[in-house]
Amino acid sequence: MDKLVDNLDPILEGFWTTIQLTMVAAVAAMILGTILGTMRVSPIPPLRWLGAAYVEIVRNTPLTLVFFFMVFVAPQVDILVEFKTSAYVALSVYTAAFVCEAVRSGINSVSTGQAEAARAIGMTFTQSISTVILPQAMRTIIPPLINIFVALTKNSSVAAGFFVTELFASGRDLNLRYPSDGLWFLGGVAFFYLLITIPAGIAAGQLERKVAIAR
Amino acid sequence: MTVTEHGATEAATGQPLVVLDGVNKWYGDLHVLQDINVTIKRGEVVVVIGPSGSGKSTLCRAINRLETIQKGSITLDGKALPEEGKALAALRADVGMVFQSFNLFAHKTILQNVTLGPIKVRNKKKAEAEKRAKELLDRVGIGHQAAKYPAQLSGGQQQRVAIARALAMDPKVMLFDEPTSALDPEMIAEVLDVMVDLAKQGMTMVVVTHEMGFARTAADRVIFMADGAIVEENTPEEFFTNPQSDRAKDFLGKILKH
Repeated sequence: MDKLVDNLDPILEGFWTTIQLTMVAAVAAMILGTILGTMRVSPIPPLRWLGAAYVEIVRNTPLTLVFFFMVFVAPQVDILVEFKTSAYVALSVYTAAFVCEAVRSGINSVSTGQAEAARAIGMTFTQSISTVILPQAMRTIIPPLINIFVALTKNSSVAAGFFVTELFASGRDLNLRYPSDGLWFLGGVAFFYLLITIPAGIAAGQLERKVAIAR
Repeated sequence: MTVTEHGATEAATGQPLVVLDGVNKWYGDLHVLQDINVTIKRGEVVVVIGPSGSGKSTLCRAINRLETIQKGSITLDGKALPEEGKALAALRADVGMVFQSFNLFAHKTILQNVTLGPIKVRNKKKAEAEKRAKELLDRVGIGHQAAKYPAQLSGGQQQRVAIARALAMDPKVMLFDEPTSALDPEMIAEVLDVMVDLAKQGMTMVVVTHEMGFARTAADRVIFMADGAIVEENTPEEFFTNPQSDRAKDFLGKILKH
């Protein structure tokens, strides 16, 4: 316990890095995933194929491999970025595939009549998606989205294996330095993960109620 | 502004507005539209009737390309229907559509349902769009419910809002795809009243319906379809009193018996 309290600073630093990784990747994956999800229902076949290919390739690749690609393969074609940036990109690219599928299923949950009515008053595909379909799809999208966010929070620990000292890495390093107190460090690390995921779950629950629409 | 105004200002009535020329559509092996040739003149009210599965809804939906066709051409105001994209959207803005299942935007208020098109598609100012929307909602008798959501309204009220929403775009032609088929008898009357008013004011209308009363009072022409083809075309008076084809006689015999 003492060692945990004494070494709270590096853990907090790691915690902050984990928050950054999670938040940046969450926002980027939301944007990319929504674009991809929209592509998958687009009237233009090549866009649909592109979206489907992205999901099938990225979703079925282990996250570690995506990291590996960003950190070890990308530099060989002269893409040189900081390790943390690589982690941002890897997490965003990976999570976007899951967001895409949540968005797509949400879009499919809105009755076709809504899209037809939007088209009938002269809205373009993009207008009907953004003003009519997505707002109504939200309540279907949010529950899977929170699962994806929780998975992303925990997935960010993979960055520890790729030279980013986030929450898990700082716990691991302390554990190596003070092996007899290992359990305390790991427990502390777990606590800080919960500090992100549990409030996120509560917030999502409230958001879900807010976007509920009578049909 | 009334419907008569733009009907009259844009061009004289009687000119062809919607022209379907040799239109064909198949669902797999099923030939749902067979060589359809129809010309709808400006200001004309055309009622399409026929048994279920005769292709009348498909015909109606093809006019604003909610259904694609495989052969033939459809022109609106002299312009061919574009295939996709912005040009098609622009054309649809000029064609009002009323659906059997209303399809009001569930997450928008009644007022927003009517202003959304004018603001997003016609780029009107919000205040201007709302003023016009309120006029239209008053006209269909829903003015006092503008702040409610669609789910809070009865079917008949929702359908009248749907008509107002279509009118807000100042359409050249209005398509009605079985607008009263999902309604109780009382509500049917309130929706038909609005439609009869529209017809009187000179709106060009294509109405797919089972309401023979409406066809008799408001239609200039009745098109009778069966099995994907136009079987008979006549004035309502002639059609109902003196049907020519056996198919139409059979159909009328069945529906007018009760």
